[in-house]
Amino acid sequence: MAAAPSATAALADAPLRMQAVTVRFGAATALDQVSLTLQRGETVIILGAAGSGKTVLLKTALALIHPDEGRVLLFGEDTSRMKESALFELRSRMGILFQEGGLFDSLTIEENVAYPLRNQKSLRCPDADLRTRVEEALNFVELGHTLEKVPTELSGGMRRRVGIARAVVTRPELVLYDSPTAGLDPITANNIMTLIAKERDTRGTTTALATHRYQDGHLLANYRYNANTGRLEAAPNGGQDLRTRFLVMGDGRIVFEGTQDELEASTDGYVSKFAKRLTE
Amino acid sequence: MFDFLKGPIYTVQTFYSLAGRALANIFKRPHYWDDVAIQMDIVGVGSLPMVLLIGLFTGAVITLQMARALNQYGASDQVGQIVSITLIRELGPVLTAVLIAGRNASGMASELGSMKVTEQIDAMRALGTDPVQKLVTPRLLATTIMLPVLVIISDFMGLIGGYFTGCVLLALTSGSQFWNSAYRALEINDIAQGLIKPTVFAMVIALVGCHYGMNTTGGTQGVGRATTQAVVVASVWIIILTFFIGKFFVAL
Ligand SMILES: Nc1ncnc2c1ncn2[C@@H]1O[C@H](COP(=O)(O)OP(=O)(O)OP(=O)(O)O)[C@@H](O)[C@H]1O
Ligand SMILES: [Mg+2]
Repeated sequence: MAAAPSATAALADAPLRMQAVTVRFGAATALDQVSLTLQRGETVIILGAAGSGKTVLLKTALALIHPDEGRVLLFGEDTSRMKESALFELRSRMGILFQEGGLFDSLTIEENVAYPLRNQKSLRCPDADLRTRVEEALNFVELGHTLEKVPTELSGGMRRRVGIARAVVTRPELVLYDSPTAGLDPITANNIMTLIAKERDTRGTTTALATHRYQDGHLLANYRYNANTGRLEAAPNGGQDLRTRFLVMGDGRIVFEGTQDELEASTDGYVSKFAKRLTE
Repeated sequence: MFDFLKGPIYTVQTFYSLAGRALANIFKRPHYWDDVAIQMDIVGVGSLPMVLLIGLFTGAVITLQMARALNQYGASDQVGQIVSITLIRELGPVLTAVLIAGRNASGMASELGSMKVTEQIDAMRALGTDPVQKLVTPRLLATTIMLPVLVIISDFMGLIGGYFTGCVLLALTSGSQFWNSAYRALEINDIAQGLIKPTVFAMVIALVGCHYGMNTTGGTQGVGRATTQAVVVASVWIIILTFFIGKFFVAL
């Protein structure tokens, strides 16, 4: 009971809190009574089949989609009655990598990565710093040489990396990654996941990752980025410190929530399919 | 029981909410004047050659068809009047608007539609810009400024087409008689009609094009569907509104 006050404080301060959120599109229910809390420094892996609602969940978390029922709290603030202009300020503390990329075709890579710095008023990034910040973010994803190119000139994997650069250039507290490895070859997918771990472990970013590949979750749950070697290494204590949780979504509902061990031990037919992928 | 009405009602609702926001944004900051200029270039300058040609030949065709009828009544010196009234009141605005709908409502729907399905619209909202302010309002402003200008140009080209056919080709009347009767036929009412119509049509074109673009779902296929729908819906509304605006002016 002694821990109660600090636990409430942590809850009020949680970057993301979803309470019984339901999202409908016409007659179809995309999210059904979804509740989810993400504490500072936590990583949550959202697994689920195509159409299970992962993308809708992340967009609802960013208040791009407004729930029909339930509430979404970002950094302790209720978004349901907020105006779009107030939401811009909250969103500036978050980063997102979209499943379809969401890079602006009409802008160069440099302009794409600079976009959030230029447009998010609350960041107040001085023009003089723009270029350095953009280069820093692009170097982070090892694409420092592509500034002048346009997105269509890059490969799929490179576009994802630009997307990551754009998501983290604002140094957000919470980053949402929507299927960052979908449609990529295993090597490129691994590179992308290394970048995500690097962002999390060098800056301590709270991370939510939607994916249908169990490996992605396994990697974030068990490995951490070593800044000295520039590589991933097995995390000590079997990854306890990484504070990684797994969610499995099915038909808009959270059908499983727990640790990696609990996920692997699950006997549910649907849930266990997502844990067995690794051995295939 | 009325479930079948839900879809259309929802569409009308989203359309009006988009229209309201796009119009309200005209008076709100930030203003994206660069985008307005780019769109004015696309809608105005880009459509100019087409509008010039269509205008010229519309005037020529009206004269050609009217020549026989006018001859029968021995009124062939009135050809200027006929051309100027039909063109400036009805055909100039309607034909130009339908052409611009085909060219630009489709362009807007497909551009915004591709941005929607590749999540660029979501990205704008996520990264601090209002897509209605950045995408819809500039297109609305640009079309509303450019379409009346295009219509005036088209009307003028039509008169030139009429003059060539009537005075040079068919020698129905003299040049000075043509221009004189064309000019005298016009009342303030006609000119008002000829300018109010394109302003209304421009709003229809931009808002319908953007509406279908912004509400695209279903990937690349959806973009195609949105494009077709935008052109069809915009063109139909233009014709329907022509009737109502015309009726309003007749009642005056
Ligand atoms: N804008 C929309 N309009 C109507 N239905 C939608 C919309 N967006 C999503 N849906 C529906 O919501 C459900 C969940 O979709 P979502 O995109 O979240 O799935 P997902 O888990 O991300 O799938 P994938 O792994 O393929 O990305 C699907 O049935 C989808 O058809
Ligand atoms: Mg998805």
